Amino acid sequence: MNENFEPKIAAFVCTWCTYTGADLAGTSRLKYEPNVRVLRLPCTGRIDFSLVIKAFENGADGVLISGCHPNDCHYNAGNFHARRRFAVFRKLLEFVGIDPNRVQFSWVSAAEGAKWRDVVNEVTDEIRSLGPFTEYQKLIAGSFPFQNEMSEPEVISEKEQVENVK
Amino acid sequence: MSNDIKQSSEAKKLARELLEQGKVSAVIGYAEGTLKGRVQTLIARNPLDAEKFIFNEYCVNNLAVYLTKSYRLLKSDKPVAVFLKPCDIRTVTALIQEHQIKREDIFIIGMSCQGVRNGNGLSGKCRACRMHNPQYSDAVIGEAIEEKEPEVTDPFARVKEIENMSTQERWQFWTKEFDKCIRCYACRQACPLCYCEQCIVDKTQPRWIESSAHPVGNMAWHLIRAFHLAGRCIGCGECDRVCHQNIPLSLLNMKMSKEIFDLYGYRSGVDPEAKPPLTEFKMEDNEEFIR
Repeated sequence: MNENFEPKIAAFVCTWCTYTGADLAGTSRLKYEPNVRVLRLPCTGRIDFSLVIKAFENGADGVLISGCHPNDCHYNAGNFHARRRFAVFRKLLEFVGIDPNRVQFSWVSAAEGAKWRDVVNEVTDEIRSLGPFTEYQKLIAGSFPFQNEMSEPEVISEKEQVENVK
Repeated sequence: MSNDIKQSSEAKKLARELLEQGKVSAVIGYAEGTLKGRVQTLIARNPLDAEKFIFNEYCVNNLAVYLTKSYRLLKSDKPVAVFLKPCDIRTVTALIQEHQIKREDIFIIGMSCQGVRNGNGLSGKCRACRMHNPQYSDAVIGEAIEEKEPEVTDPFARVKEIENMSTQERWQFWTKEFDKCIRCYACRQACPLCYCEQCIVDKTQPRWIESSAHPVGNMAWHLIRAFHLAGRCIGCGECDRVCHQNIPLSLLNMKMSKEIFDLYGYRSGVDPEAKPPLTEFKMEDNEEFIR
């Protein structure tokens, strides 16, 4: 693995808790790893997993999703709905062979600037240890290691075709 | 074979009566296909057409798909009758749960079923089938069939095999499968629960899923398709059957069904009163994976 590898992490956060928490981390002058790109959404309940896939397609090595703690949701139930979907989506990622640790979840409230710092640092370390998401980058490049193994399509002569019909 | 003829004639008779008496506006059923061993869908609106109905071991397709995609064309003040095998009836249950159709708008003609063929052999889903007698229907065609232990006792055997692979192997397996995809969307068209009027893959502003048959788009399409069916798929296996690239799509759906059952104890298409699991939540849901 490249010693100097720095992961790119897309962080999808809810505007009411985690975004404000991240803001607090900033105004409190807390230092944390600069690997996350914060994307603000109305609620974790709004997070469509197309966003996660899009992040990977755009070269993210990991994704962090964070919102309000249970019972703290601005919309009462958004995070509960999201929690169920996360649980199921993780299993799907695992099943197709994507390390589920590349997609991380957390609850960070508006008062938890320090927790945000810790979460970002931990997640960055974890993704860094997983290394670059080369599998997906190969998909983006459109190349497969086994592309050469694929057999040539069988050529059927016209005569054979006529016979097959008969 | 004589059983087939008997069941077909019963089906014809019932369809004719329903149409003659004006109880239904149309009957959706199977008719002889253009090739031996194939059947096609027939939507009969008058009693004469009802003579063409058949039911045999080749009636593999799930006609519930016509209850969403073509339903607007058929809808009138009268219900629409449809031939459904016991497994297909679960689709109607799921559609009722999702408020896509009303029970009273559908007249279910339940077909007792010994299993159907897909190509040369018994269809994969029938090998593990435990439902031979239709439930929840308005009329039943065919004699009651004795319930017996299926040939395959664990329908999730193949899913478990893949679960036991390493992450790397799973990635290899699925990328290789998805690489075959030509994005014809037959899986979507044949799926009775893929009823969105505009599919996310057809949206262009923004384009969420690359629509050419590029590995990135294929991965995104199959992940999103599977996720949109999570907790909804009833396992009719139509996606597998119609995929001429032979991608084992139903494995993804089965994996989702398995996880939904493990996590929330829910089986799709069983209880019309139940709420689909991803539309509700419990305070005490598992959150081990959350930091």
